[in-house]
Amino acid sequence: MTPGSDRIGETPSYYDLPVLKRPTWTWEVPAYFFVGGAAGAAAVIACVSGTRGTSNDSLARDARWLAAGGGALSAGLLVMDLGRPDRFLNMLRVFKPQSPMSVGAWTLAAFSSAAGAAAFADLVRDRTRGGLPVVVIGNAAGALSAATGLVMTTYTGVLIGATAIPVWNRHSRLLPMHFAASGLASAVSLLELLGHDHRALNSLALVAAAAETAAGAVIERDGGDASRPLKSAGSGWITRAGGVLSGPVPLVLRLAGASSPRARRAAAALALAGAMLTRVGWWAAGRRSADDPRLPLGLPAAAHAPSLGPPAAA
Amino acid sequence: MAITAFLTDSTLCIGCKACEVACKEWNQVPDDGYAWSGLSYDNTKALGHSTWRHVKFVESAPRWGVGGNAGDRLTWEFSSDVCKHCEHAGCLEACPTGSIVRTEFGGVYVQPDVCNGCGYCVVGCPFGVIDKSPTDGRAFKCTFCYDRQKAGSIPACAKACPTESILFGDLDELRQRATERVDALHDRGMSDAVLWDAQGTSVGGTHALFIVRGDPRRYNLPPAPEVPTVYQRGAWQSAAFAACAMLASVVAAFALSRDGGGTLERAHTQPGTAI
Repeated sequence: MTPGSDRIGETPSYYDLPVLKRPTWTWEVPAYFFVGGAAGAAAVIACVSGTRGTSNDSLARDARWLAAGGGALSAGLLVMDLGRPDRFLNMLRVFKPQSPMSVGAWTLAAFSSAAGAAAFADLVRDRTRGGLPVVVIGNAAGALSAATGLVMTTYTGVLIGATAIPVWNRHSRLLPMHFAASGLASAVSLLELLGHDHRALNSLALVAAAAETAAGAVIERDGGDASRPLKSAGSGWITRAGGVLSGPVPLVLRLAGASSPRARRAAAALALAGAMLTRVGWWAAGRRSADDPRLPLGLPAAAHAPSLGPPAAA
Repeated sequence: MAITAFLTDSTLCIGCKACEVACKEWNQVPDDGYAWSGLSYDNTKALGHSTWRHVKFVESAPRWGVGGNAGDRLTWEFSSDVCKHCEHAGCLEACPTGSIVRTEFGGVYVQPDVCNGCGYCVVGCPFGVIDKSPTDGRAFKCTFCYDRQKAGSIPACAKACPTESILFGDLDELRQRATERVDALHDRGMSDAVLWDAQGTSVGGTHALFIVRGDPRRYNLPPAPEVPTVYQRGAWQSAAFAACAMLASVVAAFALSRDGGGTLERAHTQPGTAI
C-alpha cells in the first residue's frame, strides 16, 4: 500500500454506507399506484363510452363504479401509508404546484369525489328515474372524474421520477407514460374480466400492450448504472416479469388469438398481474437504488454488485 | 435578520462527539439503539430521524503528518456531518403539507405539528438527511436550532464543540473564512485540504460548508448534488403527453368501434356476466 492511497479501496465512499435514505413507503404505495391508475383510466373510459348513447350504457356504468371504488380505495391506501393518518387533511392545507405529492393529493381528492358523485348519480337515476338535475350533475361529475383521472394515471410517474433516487429520476420522462399505459391496461382488463367483450376495449388493450412493450425495450436497452435495480436481483426480476406480462404477452395473445374471447380474457388477466408487478418492481428498485452510494457520489457501479443482466456499458 | 450557516472544519475535529450529544440533549432527540457497527468508532453510521449531528471516522492508509503523525499508523480523520440546509431544498419543495419551511435565518425547518408523515421529503433529499421515524410517524432532521437562534443563541452543536471545528455565523462571512482557512492549510503543507461547497449545483449552495482532507466522497459528500425539482419539467411534459395520448386513444377506440357495433362478433359473453 502506497502512502496516500485509501485503505477503503479504489472507490472512495464512506464504508460503502448509503448516501441516500431508502423510501419509507410501504406496500400501500405501489398498491395505490396500481389502484389509482386503473381507477383514473376507468373514469376516462366511462366518460367517453358514456357519451355514445345507450349502446354502451352497461360498460360506462361498470367503468364508473370501477372509478368510484378505485378512488375510495386509493384514498384509503394513501391515508394508511401516512405516519400520522389522523393528519390526512393537512394534505389539503396548502396547494403547492412544485410538489407532485401536493398536486396528487388534490387530484385524488377531486377525483374520488367526482367519481363517487358520478356513480351515485347513476344509482339515483335508476331508483328515481331521476330528472334533468341528476343527469346534469352526473355528467358534470363524470367529466370532472375523467379530467382528473387523466392526472391520476400519469402523476405517479412524476411523483417518483422527480426524486433523488437514481433509478427513478433516470427514468423521469419514461415513468409517466409507462404508468399511464399500465393504468389504461388495468382498467381495460378489469372491464373485460367483468364481461365486457367490447371491440374498443380490445383496441385499447392492444395500444397499452404496445406501449408497455416499448417501455420495456427502453429499460432493457438502457445500459446506465442507475438502471441496474430494474434488471438484477429481486427487484429486477419483478420488474421484468411485470414488463413481459404487461407488454409482449397480451400483445401476442390478442393479435394471435384475435377471434377468441378466451385469449382476450387470458390476456386481460395476465396484463392485470403485469401492471401490479410493474408497480411493485419500480418500488423495490427504488429501495435498492437508494442503498447504493456510488451513483450519488458519481462513482462507477460496484464490480461486486449482483448482476444478472447484461454488464453495464463501459 | 442575518443569514446564518455552519462551517465544519474536519482538520480541527477530534471525534469527541460532543456535538452529537449536545444536539440530542438540547433537542431531546431519542436514542438510536446501542448496536455496534464495526466501522471504526462510528456506531451511528448516518444522519437520520434520531441523529441530527453525526461524526464520521474516516480511516486511511498511513500518511505522514495526518492522524497519528507517524508513517506507520493509520490516519484517522473525523468530520461532523449535519443537514446542509440547501438554498433549493429538495425536502422543502417536496413537502405537500407546508410543514417544511424556510426560516428567517435561511435554515430549513420541519414544523412537527404540521407534518403528517407522508415520507415524500425522504426521497427528495439528495443528501439522505431527513428521515421518517417509524415509531413517531413524522419526519425529523436538524432544526438548525431554530429556537436557540431566535433567542439570539448559537446552535447547541457549535456551542459544545471544544475545538471550534464547528463554526456558526453569517453565511458570507463563513464562506470567506473557509477560503482563507483552506489557503492557510495549503500554506502549511496540508495540500489536500478542500472546501466542500455546493454553490455551483442545482442545490444552489448550502448553509453548511465542510473543510475536509482529500476527496470529499470519502466522507459521503456528493460532488454534484441535484435538487429533484430539476426532473419535474421533463416528467410533467411526459405526463401531459401521456394524458393526451390516452384520451385520444380512448376517443378513437370508441369512435372506430361504432360501425362494428361494439361487441366483438365471435364473443358470446353478455356484458355484465362475470367469468
